[in-house]
Amino acid sequence: MSIKVEELTKIYDNQIAVDKISFEALPGRVLGFLGPNGAGKSTTMKMITGFLTANQGEILVSGFNVNKENIATKQRIGYLPENNPLYLDMYVKEYLQFVGNIYNVQNLNNRIKEVIEATGLQKEQHKLIGQLSKGYKQRVGLAQAIIHNPEVLILDEPTSGLDPNQLIEIRSLIKELGKTKTVILSTHIMQEVEAICDDVVIINKGKIVAKDSLKELLAFHQEQNLEPIFVKLTNQ
Amino acid sequence: MFSIYRKEFYAYLSSLVAYITIGIFLIVLGLFLWVFPDTSILDYGYAGLDSLFNTVPYLFMFLIPAITMRTLAEEKKEGTFELLATKPLTDWDIILGKYFASLTLVLFALIPTLVYYISVYQLGATVGNIDSGAVIGSYIGLFLLGAAFVSIGIFSSSVTKNQIIAFAIAVFLCFLTFIGFDSASQILSLQSIDSVLINLGINEHYQSISRGVLDTRDLAYFLSFVAIFLLITKTVLGGRKW
Repeated sequence: MSIKVEELTKIYDNQIAVDKISFEALPGRVLGFLGPNGAGKSTTMKMITGFLTANQGEILVSGFNVNKENIATKQRIGYLPENNPLYLDMYVKEYLQFVGNIYNVQNLNNRIKEVIEATGLQKEQHKLIGQLSKGYKQRVGLAQAIIHNPEVLILDEPTSGLDPNQLIEIRSLIKELGKTKTVILSTHIMQEVEAICDDVVIINKGKIVAKDSLKELLAFHQEQNLEPIFVKLTNQ
Repeated sequence: MFSIYRKEFYAYLSSLVAYITIGIFLIVLGLFLWVFPDTSILDYGYAGLDSLFNTVPYLFMFLIPAITMRTLAEEKKEGTFELLATKPLTDWDIILGKYFASLTLVLFALIPTLVYYISVYQLGATVGNIDSGAVIGSYIGLFLLGAAFVSIGIFSSSVTKNQIIAFAIAVFLCFLTFIGFDSASQILSLQSIDSVLINLGINEHYQSISRGVLDTRDLAYFLSFVAIFLLITKTVLGGRKW
């Protein structure tokens, strides 16, 4: 059920976006994937989800190789891309039905009900996605990511643009999901990492500059907060 | 593939795209066939549907790119292609699902024109005085022509994020493959290879099927035409460069 990334490299034309990074995410834990803009976070996540292919290196999701067993890995991953793209002219339920069908979810109608409850979409479930506010769109994005009860969740900036109340709700949902699944999430908010993440990987300019559990990392740098550590490591 | 097909097809039906494009297609075709004297069946004097089968390819040249232009371009622009590509679907599932959804819509545009066949059938000097074999052949030809144009449209939509550009490229390619080769074969210095050029164009094979003779060579031509364009589409999408 874990994600194992080994020596992963991605080169765009002649720019190295991700440079031989290796890390592991374990089940039952939430891994915070941090780094400044353009550090290669989204690129790495796109490679794990099979959207982009790596130039070098291997990714194993629950023991399946992302390049060789493409469909088997995709079946096990729930993915919320950056900026949360959605079909705005579909209804919430219609959209979840569509995604559920792709994953071949058994008992789909029941599962849709469960997911709608888990993400707090009850009141908005009969609306067009385009009519929803940003926070609710984000919930729809999360709902489609968890509809097939995946072992692995990849969330690219899941809380960007939410108001403080929505932040708290989405965070507690992610924390809840993290108890049984392997979760990787990227974010720019250090308090968020402190609130929900167990492990931390920090990358800068395509290279890993820190990977450890949150506690160990704070203890190692003798800090109370993550922010000074992040600034120190990525500002070179 | 089936989930993509269904989603695409519902998207056509729930937006105005399907109704407006098919509606305009039928209105324009009706005007050409019954009102405008140059192409009117009534003025033609013979109980035949020749002007239908000569007009529709040119209407398809605009109708089909209008139907297909959003298929992939919109997904790429909105970022939803990333959603599809990270679901347990192959690129072929996505391409074929969209291809067949658009093709179904083309079929829906074609079916109402059967009314014209019935009208001409009834209008003949003796009722039923129409070459039904040729009509059936021509409809098969039109469908295959549509299938070829849809593959061009899907391809054009894959190379850009902009729907207008996708439309323009598709119209150009449809025009070029339909009669471009015929016209090129008229060029004096290309006379030596004129039969090769003519055979490359869609028109030659369309006309051949329209005569009511379903030749395997023509069928193979259309199938490989579609396969080639879808294969290029697959390659373009696989590159993920946009």
